[in-house]
Amino acid sequence: MAAAVTRFFLRGAGSKVPNTGVSTRGHSSFGATLLKLSPSCNVRTKTQRRHAAHFTFQPDPVPTQYGPTQKMNLFQSITSALDNTLANDPTAVIFGEDVAFGGVFRCTVGLRDKYGKDRVFNTPLCEQGIVGFGIGVAVAGATAVAEIQFADYIFPAFDQIVNEAAKYRYRSGNLFDCGGLTIRAPWGCVGHGSLYHSQSPEAFFAHCPGVKIVIPRSPVQAKGLLLSCIADKNPCIFFEPKILYRAAVEQVPVEPYTIPLSQAEILQEGSDVTLVAWGTQVHVMREVANMAQEKLGVSCEVIDLQTILPWDTETVCKSVVKTGRLLISHEAPVTGGFAAEISSTVQEECFLNLEAPISRVCGYDTPFPHIFEPFYIPDKWKCFDAIKRMINY
Amino acid sequence: MLTNISNVLRACVQRNQVATVLISARTYADFTTEATFEIKKCDVHKLDEAPATQVVLTRDEGLQYYRIMQTIRRMELKADQLYKQKIIRGFCHLYDGQEACAVGIEAAINLTDHLITAYRAHGYTYTRGGTVKQIMAELTGRRGGIAKGKGGSMHMYCKNFYGGNGIVGAQVPLGAGVALACKYQGKNELCVCLYGDGAANQGQIFETYNMAALWKLPVIFICENNRYGMGTSVERAAASTDYYKRGEFIPGLRLDGMDFLCVREATRFAADHCRSGKGPILMELQTYRYHGHSMSDPGISYRTREEIQEVRSKSDPISLLKDRMLSNNMASVEELKDIDVEVRKEIEDAAQFATTDPEPPLEELCNHIFYNNPPIEVRGTNPWSKLKSVS
Ligand SMILES: Cc1ncc(C[n+]2csc(CCOP(=O)(O)OP(=O)(O)O)c2C)c(N)n1
Ligand SMILES: [Mg+2]
Repeated sequence: MAAAVTRFFLRGAGSKVPNTGVSTRGHSSFGATLLKLSPSCNVRTKTQRRHAAHFTFQPDPVPTQYGPTQKMNLFQSITSALDNTLANDPTAVIFGEDVAFGGVFRCTVGLRDKYGKDRVFNTPLCEQGIVGFGIGVAVAGATAVAEIQFADYIFPAFDQIVNEAAKYRYRSGNLFDCGGLTIRAPWGCVGHGSLYHSQSPEAFFAHCPGVKIVIPRSPVQAKGLLLSCIADKNPCIFFEPKILYRAAVEQVPVEPYTIPLSQAEILQEGSDVTLVAWGTQVHVMREVANMAQEKLGVSCEVIDLQTILPWDTETVCKSVVKTGRLLISHEAPVTGGFAAEISSTVQEECFLNLEAPISRVCGYDTPFPHIFEPFYIPDKWKCFDAIKRMINY
Repeated sequence: MLTNISNVLRACVQRNQVATVLISARTYADFTTEATFEIKKCDVHKLDEAPATQVVLTRDEGLQYYRIMQTIRRMELKADQLYKQKIIRGFCHLYDGQEACAVGIEAAINLTDHLITAYRAHGYTYTRGGTVKQIMAELTGRRGGIAKGKGGSMHMYCKNFYGGNGIVGAQVPLGAGVALACKYQGKNELCVCLYGDGAANQGQIFETYNMAALWKLPVIFICENNRYGMGTSVERAAASTDYYKRGEFIPGLRLDGMDFLCVREATRFAADHCRSGKGPILMELQTYRYHGHSMSDPGISYRTREEIQEVRSKSDPISLLKDRMLSNNMASVEELKDIDVEVRKEIEDAAQFATTDPEPPLEELCNHIFYNNPPIEVRGTNPWSKLKSVS
């Protein structure tokens, strides 16, 4: 006991803080410039400055084909999709950690009150159990929408997704499947999420035939794609860019509608470079396309891949045949990221059309960093720089 | 350490000299140097004996533990403030309300023992030997942070303290592994393995109970039951809220985690159990977090303000210790106030440090990914910036 008391005293005696020196800090807006310098050349600013978002959300034109619209942000458009599902599909159930109260990001607000606690319910904290349970619900014929609180926390369920969900149809010779299962999870960087609230794990699952992976860029897309995932006869993982939950606002149709899976969308036609991205990064790409036009007179074709697995090779390859150049960008680390798959496929299909090596602008091969996020993310400057290099190749 | 004690003592003497003039003379010798307290009985599971209900607290211990709990409390309140000023960002989980757990556990084990917990780690980082400066600087992501500013709130580590783990439940099997090392090395050390009531529902925990019991590992599983896992109350999440019994074949104790003396006594009992080679034991500490789950949770949508107020006024761990000391003539109001003042100063200094210390240099982005020698190049996306990983 005396030892324990002694110990507490020790703390007061002198700090073990290492000596300090000059450091660097960066902001997304000039991260690229800073990186070129030797890091030790930069003097940090005194106060803790905070970074503006690294992208500007660009709403799409208001859709007219699906009836009346309402202003919604991305989390509200998810709620709207789930609301439609619960209303139209009596077998649909929604569950996950704290979803009955609306969930961490408010995506399920009000649904329990509207549809009852038997259809919208909280699970204990157990991701492996949540997904396994969802597979069971789905195989028994119901529509299961499971929420994993953050994409970073999907890994305890990795086995259930990869070995159980993805292979159920195949290994039972088509007798059983869990096509009624959709797993939703907030995904991607958020400005200050650090190691465990920022990851983009789509590539892990892209290695797994039997699951579909979908990532929307906007509220309108989110609703239509989520409803497609829910209706799809395969287990789907739907990753929601969490930084867009509030930042992205659009006029979203109130009635249900679907946007086809495995179909990429050309957001802007162009002739010199094809830019491929998904989720938040699409908005970075749009801005980069404008920069390239203004500053370099380069015409970019911007493609939102939307579905990561199975992906739309045709749209991408056709575009590269036309432009001869391809830049792919995602937040996840570059090595083994989904850009690698796209790049490999495109060089096979379009080898003779390529004017320059395919570029990937992605996250570093590091864990998602705490304070270095502005350096880490593939911002517009890095992408712009890659375009310049491709053009000058 | 001796200097520190004598500082405290000197302060008392001086104050009392002044007091002589103003009020009746009361010298240092007038204080009760130790007292015996009746504490609540533990609930037990699969145990023939139980921790004592009469425990002795000395004046020196009381003063020290008061200071430590107060330091943790003030540190968390400061973190709250810095967060609101946007100086601390990201996901930040505060420990105020639960101080008696960290301090009581630590008082009953040795620093050579091992400890691992989840993301609500600031208090343990401190009791394990981290300084307030290092903790605050980690929160603000500065060089002097305990993880070099690379981890942030959830990731703090120091000798024999394995973090600081963001994935709920993941730390529990790790703790059992550490306990195997304790057993293997034969130094009579043990591992304390902490998790929350929410985490208690993760499958890994049950896998670990089995391994630990099977191999008779010297591990104390401690469930800090603060009644909620995020917004979900224990009743809504657990088929059995008798967390101390959920190890089934592992003996368990349930006790008042707001009472430092209860926690210390029960942990002593559990440590003896482990050290005598009987294998794992499980403790459930009934406690309460004053703050919301994290800084983005106001903490009042799933529980009432009255509930929080009730705990604060009736079972605050710091007030409890303070009242015991005062009502037994073990300390004076003034000397506790002096401690408060010193603590506040320490916290202010640390906050000052944490807001002025430089951020880590950019090289740190890539360091410590692999063990490597010579340094390896880390792939990024800028051909003109080659970063290396050094470990
Ligand atoms: C695997 C995993 N799932 C979900 C989360 C998100 N999360 C963080 S803390 C928490 C609640 C944990 O509650 P509890 O174990 O009672 O600890 P407390 O916060 O009360 O200290 C949740 C759901 C996570 N960090 N890791
Ligand atoms: Mg809890």
